[in-house]
Amino acid sequence: MYVAVKGGEAAILATHERVAEARRGDAAVPEISVAQIREQQALACARVMNEGSLYDADLAALALKQAQGDVIEAAFLMRAYRTTLPRFGSSEPLDTAKMAIRRRVSATYKDLPGGQVLGPTYDYTHRLFDFALMDEGAPSVMVGPDPTTSGREGASGANASGVARVEPEHDGLHAPLDAHMPRVPDILGAEGLMEPEIAPEGDPRPFDLTREPVSFPADRDVRLQAMARGDEGFLLGLGYSVQRGFGGNHPFVGEIRVGEVSVEFVPEELGFAVDLGEITLTECQMVNQFAGSKDVPPQFTRGYGLAFGHSERKAMSMSLVDRALKAREFGEAAEYPAQQDEFVLYHSDNVEAAGFVEHLKLPHYVDFQGELELIRRIRREREARLAAEPETLPEAAE
Amino acid sequence: MTVHQTLPGDETSPAYNYAYLDEQTKRMIRRALLKAVAVPGYQVPFGSREMPLARGWGTGGIQVTAAIIGPQDTLKVIDQGADDTTNAVSIRRFFEKTADARTTEATEQATIIQTRHRIPEAPLQAGQIMVYQVPQPEPLRKLEPREAETRKMHAWAEYGLMQVKLYENIARFGEVTTTYDYPVMVNGRYIMAPSPIPKFDNPKMHMSPALQLFGAGREKRIYALPPHTSVRSLDFEDHPFRIQSWNEPCALCAATDSYLDEVVIDDQGSRMFVCSDSHHCETRRAAGHRGAMLGDAAASGLVASEESTS
Amino acid sequence: MATDTLIGAGFTDPVFQSQAAFRALLGALSEPGTLQAIHGGIAPPEGLHAATATALLTLADYETPIWLPPALRDGPAGAWLRFHCGAALVEEPRRAAFAVIDGAALAPQLTDFDPGNDQFPDRSTTIIVQCAAFHGGEAVTLSGPGIATRREIAPAGLRPGFWAEVAANNAAYPLGVDLLLAHGDGVIGLPRSTQIGGAA
Repeated sequence: MYVAVKGGEAAILATHERVAEARRGDAAVPEISVAQIREQQALACARVMNEGSLYDADLAALALKQAQGDVIEAAFLMRAYRTTLPRFGSSEPLDTAKMAIRRRVSATYKDLPGGQVLGPTYDYTHRLFDFALMDEGAPSVMVGPDPTTSGREGASGANASGVARVEPEHDGLHAPLDAHMPRVPDILGAEGLMEPEIAPEGDPRPFDLTREPVSFPADRDVRLQAMARGDEGFLLGLGYSVQRGFGGNHPFVGEIRVGEVSVEFVPEELGFAVDLGEITLTECQMVNQFAGSKDVPPQFTRGYGLAFGHSERKAMSMSLVDRALKAREFGEAAEYPAQQDEFVLYHSDNVEAAGFVEHLKLPHYVDFQGELELIRRIRREREARLAAEPETLPEAAE
Repeated sequence: MTVHQTLPGDETSPAYNYAYLDEQTKRMIRRALLKAVAVPGYQVPFGSREMPLARGWGTGGIQVTAAIIGPQDTLKVIDQGADDTTNAVSIRRFFEKTADARTTEATEQATIIQTRHRIPEAPLQAGQIMVYQVPQPEPLRKLEPREAETRKMHAWAEYGLMQVKLYENIARFGEVTTTYDYPVMVNGRYIMAPSPIPKFDNPKMHMSPALQLFGAGREKRIYALPPHTSVRSLDFEDHPFRIQSWNEPCALCAATDSYLDEVVIDDQGSRMFVCSDSHHCETRRAAGHRGAMLGDAAASGLVASEESTS
Repeated sequence: MATDTLIGAGFTDPVFQSQAAFRALLGALSEPGTLQAIHGGIAPPEGLHAATATALLTLADYETPIWLPPALRDGPAGAWLRFHCGAALVEEPRRAAFAVIDGAALAPQLTDFDPGNDQFPDRSTTIIVQCAAFHGGEAVTLSGPGIATRREIAPAGLRPGFWAEVAANNAAYPLGVDLLLAHGDGVIGLPRSTQIGGAA
């Protein structure tokens, strides 16, 4: 008697061992710790928290370690864990106006209450390798333009051998910042120039697309949630497409702010808000043109982006696409991908997208056999037809 | 802020509920399933959860199975008709681990059969539940990418677009060239995607005594065929629906009426055709049916002779 | 809390009791006309049959508003459902995801509940119709999905014109409410897809 040879289970278990080996790499090199990832790869952790929809820097660091630095795989680990967590309720709305600012820049005003706070940013670094970082224990100082040469750009080329190591241009730790910095769109709003944010009638609890199926057209709360957990690269590309003309917006960065915001929760039994702690957020508000309508005088329109951690590119991309997706509300034609809610929402989730793209490596031989059987038969029938009537060679229709 | 739950004595694995899903999620899926059986072939949106397996790898089927399975069930999991393909092994292990599930490879012993791409050859029985993993639940999606539009087409039973597409196929190739996920009309009302089973399997759905449930996790849809439901593969009077056939029987068990996989056996273009339903093939061989290449297959390691392995 | 002593217990083993009850309900709606036993092992509150109470415990929660006849809503049954399911009890039949009606009561009509809409026919009310018995009433013949040929049932204690309402509900297919006839610990499913004929 014969039985089919079955190696599936053993092979699968073997892949688990192989991946553990691959993860560890050369055992002669010390193992990286979760704390090291959390502290020294914080921007990667922020991305994992965003796309994993879970604010927990330790778990994000663990996910990155377990996934060998594969951000989407790490976000997937976060999501699969998140879905099993019990829900105690929703926090009070966060007030980003009360953010403890680390960085705050506006492109629309030269100066404003609170000032421009550059904070930690790569914006002004020259993207030159800092080979000193190859040696552990090197001073952890940011690379930036040498203030002594900042007025004479081009002259710093002389620095090629010994890149100047300087402190960041503005250091919030040394100069005390204003306790309260108004948000730029609020300044415009006070003048009536900014599209107001008005809660939908009855101020309903926001939709949660991780619990309920989405239907279209999707309201703004659904769109914002989808983008907040959406793939940074996808949103970046869409936002860029809007700028290049696939969408008719003319954005200005009203403000980007990065810092800590407290999270408050009202337990049912207490009836008053309890401070649960702080989370780091990046908020971007884009100011866009809008001609106004018969009912509304001309005013600026808003694109909004909010992300966990220090995630400027994500927040900016999100705010560009948020504005583009308002096309329907403003009666604009929704001609381009970034303006179409169904296109953006269905394709921005990288865990879903990666799953479906990567499922193509699963066996499909049953379906492929169907295609083989068909193409062979159609070719056979065609040959038979041609052999029967060689002079009246039929063209394939269309 | 995160609550890290751990089992006592097991610091590495969090405490998950029976069959992984929490009870609230199961209730949500169960409600969707009941509406799905009440309107056969209609796609019920559901709050599909993030699963610890990749989207597109059977998360819809897994959620359906997790919502229905209980201690009295016996589970069979197949992919491409076989019990030992990687995806089937992975999902079977998932339920063994999270639901302590009793599993089987024997079609007739299973109360729940979760499948990707095949319906077993052995006739399904009353009381059995088929759970299909569905990548794309919308049969009209390739014709109309927008959900807002396809939903209206189903609402108004406006299926002209599908008829036109099939007819264009016939005009060009002389037949409908869809070989898998071949669309069906359910209970005379909804066009439904049968999931990417070969059209060979479509007739098995019609008036089946088993309950058939379909889960699409990534697309967040559940739909169903109650037992004894009319399932008609779309066709035209002058071009009736027909299924695949092969010129040769299974090389291992000599079956002439099963769906065959093609196995390339050398680089000279030689190939053999074997049953895609591995359990069906084994059962036939055990009953003494011998295909033409059974001996060769043993030599090449495709099957093992029990005498030599024992 | 004082209510603890007034409100009877729910499932003692929610995971497995609700799983078993669900499979009975799934059997009921996928094979209309078959009698399915729901053994929830619970003592139902006054006014609810065991099958009704077990079905709601299995399916209802804070996401699913329930409609009950006013007398039940304001009595122990209402309190029991609020406590165990966390469900909102609504006064308007049309807002209900689940409803319990007395089969003999003349109101509300089936058409008073939500039949869903053409794009989302799943968003309709599931109505549990409590009846006096599963035999001895007017015999009707069922056909449609879930039924190989025909199936006959004769539940008792249903209002005059009830079957005409059920037939009209089927005529609106794919819109319509789905029914579960309940008595004791038994249920019979009558989804909107089931066609109603006279006695054979």
